[in-house]
Amino acid sequence: MAIFLFFLLSTVCVGAVLGMILSKNQAYSALFLVLAFVCLGGLFGLLGAPFMAVVQIIIYAGAIMVLFIFVIMMINLREGISREKKKWTIALSVVLALVLLLELVLAAKGASLGQSPEGSVSPKEIGQLLFTKYLYPFEITSVLIIAALVGAIVLVKKREKE
Amino acid sequence: MIPASYFFLLSIILFVLGIIAFFVKRDLITQFMAVEIMLNAANLAFIALAKSHRFVDAQVIVFFIITVAAAEAAIGLAIILLIFRQKKSIKTEEISSMKG
Repeated sequence: MAIFLFFLLSTVCVGAVLGMILSKNQAYSALFLVLAFVCLGGLFGLLGAPFMAVVQIIIYAGAIMVLFIFVIMMINLREGISREKKKWTIALSVVLALVLLLELVLAAKGASLGQSPEGSVSPKEIGQLLFTKYLYPFEITSVLIIAALVGAIVLVKKREKE
Repeated sequence: MIPASYFFLLSIILFVLGIIAFFVKRDLITQFMAVEIMLNAANLAFIALAKSHRFVDAQVIVFFIITVAAAEAAIGLAIILLIFRQKKSIKTEEISSMKG
């Protein structure tokens, strides 16, 4: 059952990413990406990380992608975005990506992947780690988010005429 | 039980697809989405390792990655909006004022 779910989710995920690459409309790309992120959330759930699955769906598929779609609607391009016109650049990038794929697979072969024991990590364990071992990174992240918020508002705000 | 190597392979495939998307697409927003795909591929690898080594810290790190990605998306999209206001375009080949 789990293996069937894994293949279903991973196929849909890779298909959604391919759809995002092939679609010419940015809004469709963003929606394909939402699908891919939801599938990844399901995969996180399969990996015994229910909290991360929920965070993935709420923050990635929810918040971040809504931000993307919002900006796409604000920009509202009249003509669709064309893909790279020079064919050789596409070919070159695909070749480079395949080389990287080979490299990564070879690197992953050497890694010790462990036994994957049963059981999932409860949100309680993550919370305990977050507020003990990772307390300082946690606080620094909150400062980072404030900075990003203020920065985004200041950047986009229209200057008032003097 | 699903072997961890399957998840690893999926994460590698997603990362490579993200790179292809980054090079093939010619507008800032879709390239930005490609970066998000690569971040998610890394997250998947982290969580697969968290499972196979029973290493809960990896999930905390993924939590931080998602938070930083949210901040990065806000700033990046603000910059894209700014570029669009100035140049009336978000195609990468038209944004070349920094080109030597």
